[in-house]
Amino acid sequence: MSGLVIDDVSMTFELPDGGKVEALKNINLDINEGELMSVLGPSGCGKTTLLNILAGFLAPTGGKVALAGNHVTGPSSERGMVFQQGALFEWMNVSKNIGFGPSMAGVDQGTINAKVNELLGIVGLQDFGEKMIYELSGGMQQRVALARCLANDPDVILMDEPLGALDALTREKMQSLVLDIWKETGKTIILITHSVEEALLLGERLLVMAPRPGRVHTEYRLPFAELGVGADLREVKQHADFGPKRDEILNMIWDMEEEIMGRTETA
Amino acid sequence: MGQEILDLLVSTFWMILGIAGIFAIYLAISAGCWFVHSLFTRNRAGTGYGSLKTVTFGDESSVVANRIASIAAVVAVFVLWGVATGSNLLPFTLPQPFTGDTQFEYTAVNPAGDTDTGMVFVRVHAFGEEGVEKPEGKDGGDGFAKDDIVVVAERRSKVLRVQNNDEGGKEDGFRVTHVNGQPISSDSPVTYSDATVEMTGKGSLFIKPDTGWTMEALYLPPPEQVWKRFWQLNAEGYQNVGLWENVFWSLIRVVVGFGLGCLFGIPLGFAMGLNSWMRGWFDPIVEFMRPVPPLALIPLVIIWFGIGEQGKISLLFLAALWIMTIAARAGVSGVNISKVHAAYSLGATKRQILSKVILPNSLPEIFTGARVAMGVCWGTVVAAELVAAEKGAGKMIIAASKFQLTDIVIVGIILIGIIGYMIDIMMRQAENFLVPWKGRG
Ligand SMILES: Nc1ncnc2c1ncn2[C@@H]1O[C@H](COP(=O)(O)OP(=O)(O)O)[C@@H](O)[C@H]1O
Ligand SMILES: [Mg+2]
Repeated sequence: MSGLVIDDVSMTFELPDGGKVEALKNINLDINEGELMSVLGPSGCGKTTLLNILAGFLAPTGGKVALAGNHVTGPSSERGMVFQQGALFEWMNVSKNIGFGPSMAGVDQGTINAKVNELLGIVGLQDFGEKMIYELSGGMQQRVALARCLANDPDVILMDEPLGALDALTREKMQSLVLDIWKETGKTIILITHSVEEALLLGERLLVMAPRPGRVHTEYRLPFAELGVGADLREVKQHADFGPKRDEILNMIWDMEEEIMGRTETA
Repeated sequence: MGQEILDLLVSTFWMILGIAGIFAIYLAISAGCWFVHSLFTRNRAGTGYGSLKTVTFGDESSVVANRIASIAAVVAVFVLWGVATGSNLLPFTLPQPFTGDTQFEYTAVNPAGDTDTGMVFVRVHAFGEEGVEKPEGKDGGDGFAKDDIVVVAERRSKVLRVQNNDEGGKEDGFRVTHVNGQPISSDSPVTYSDATVEMTGKGSLFIKPDTGWTMEALYLPPPEQVWKRFWQLNAEGYQNVGLWENVFWSLIRVVVGFGLGCLFGIPLGFAMGLNSWMRGWFDPIVEFMRPVPPLALIPLVIIWFGIGEQGKISLLFLAALWIMTIAARAGVSGVNISKVHAAYSLGATKRQILSKVILPNSLPEIFTGARVAMGVCWGTVVAAELVAAEKGAGKMIIAASKFQLTDIVIVGIILIGIIGYMIDIMMRQAENFLVPWKGRG
């Protein structure tokens, strides 16, 4: 029981006007240690809500979450989080950002420095330790966010559309980086994305969610993440199964979006 | 009530005309300078990326202050000032009031019907000049009308009974009929190049040297007089208080009041940003005090604290307090929630979140507030000193105004402006140094 267990989690938001939104309904998932899972779904299907519950920022209205048998009741350094953007500390340089977790925990400076240098190497920012955050490009900033999360050595890494704001080329490099880190560190990673290709590449498991109420629609087990480690992702995309899978999932999401549109139009 | 409103509307109308006139003059000068400037830059291509833009009208980023225009504008203000006040630094000014010696001839008729002429020698001296000697004149003269001598200050006028020293001048029927050969009576004055001569109802002459078009130093002294006064104040002070001592006292009050405002306002703002009870508790008072201008508190502060330092510092404290509270509260509310979430996920405690995330994150807002607060405090301290103080920039100008020493008032106003500007520049530099990430999050 060292994985992440999501046991019948539901989340209902009460709106100020008295209405209710079932952001999540009866989600059940077992995520094994070291698993790489991507989550896909039309916007508003509860992906961020689910991640916030896993991180401990929200308490679910039903069910519970447990990591390695321990009930999740709040944020903790065992569950690291990588946000889309704007979560770095602009008032600190790159090294200070990366070393934030250990220094909050009171680790001695020598150890922190060694750790930070190692991580700078891993994310490819060797010479940028002294730079301020606002001097970096968007892609570099996400590398820092990843390194900062890794510095705490969390059991689970939660990512909410971490690459969403990056351009296509930078994004591809970052995808390789995520795969490398996953393989090297063996961490459990849950990654939300709204790119179908990214979900296919960065998910041993791919969860497609559906909205209203937010629920798991379909789950896939995919070989591409394993194939992509240390390889050229463009070649992985040439894999015979990749195209058909992508089209299948695209159609699925397309249908969901149409259904939502139809429902709002008739409503 | 209706009449008052009408008066208000009428004076507003005249103000519109006056303001439009002043703007028109200033803009005409601006247009002239621009034209001259464009003659010099016409054949010179601009450099840099901006010069290649074809769309500049409506593109805010392509509008950069033209520094030559700024310099010309400041010079223009000084020139206008000099022209209007008859500065002797300028080769041309508005016509100045007459000073120096002048004379005119009057013709008198005695009761017997004889006529004779006499001269009036007038010496017009600068206003405020003392110990002016009388001009020389031929006293006597050949007939019964004797010459007269008069001394008058520029722009002032003087009544002169020229007939007093004339033979038979005090008899009935003796009267002055002409000045410089032109007939004069109580409703037709005589004007010549240097002065106007009027006649009073009782037949005396009323001498008004030409007043020119320039402003009187009492209303607006010429620049060089202000400059001289500045150096004099710098050396001697005013009413036994040095110029810089006055400035120092104003500044120290601002610094102490502003410091106290920060000391209490920032924690208060944090408390309001972090805790629902505190927000609810302080919301009414903050929202109530925010729109009350600090100047409105001056009477109350004087009643409570008298005119001592405590009163002025309390006032500045109150002026800064609400601004800093609101700035700090905005700084806390403005924190991107993902930064806080990230910090919690990285294992930070509440205390660490406060000191390592919320505090630095709110610094840009706090600095913006501090700049505003400094400006308000500087304005408030001067106003408070106008009302009650023994030392200070405001005290100096109000004391000088009581003796109509307009040049001191203007020295004070210019210094107050320059110091306020320097405070703002210093705050901006401090901001660039301490919160370099501002606006680049
Ligand atoms: N704090 C909240 N209060 C009310 N409704 C919310 C709140 N957060 C999310 N929701 C609603 O829950 C649903 C799921 O939101 P979210 O998890 O952000 O979706 P996703 O990340 O998949 O786009 C949406 O309908 C959203 O409007
Ligand atoms: Mg989302």
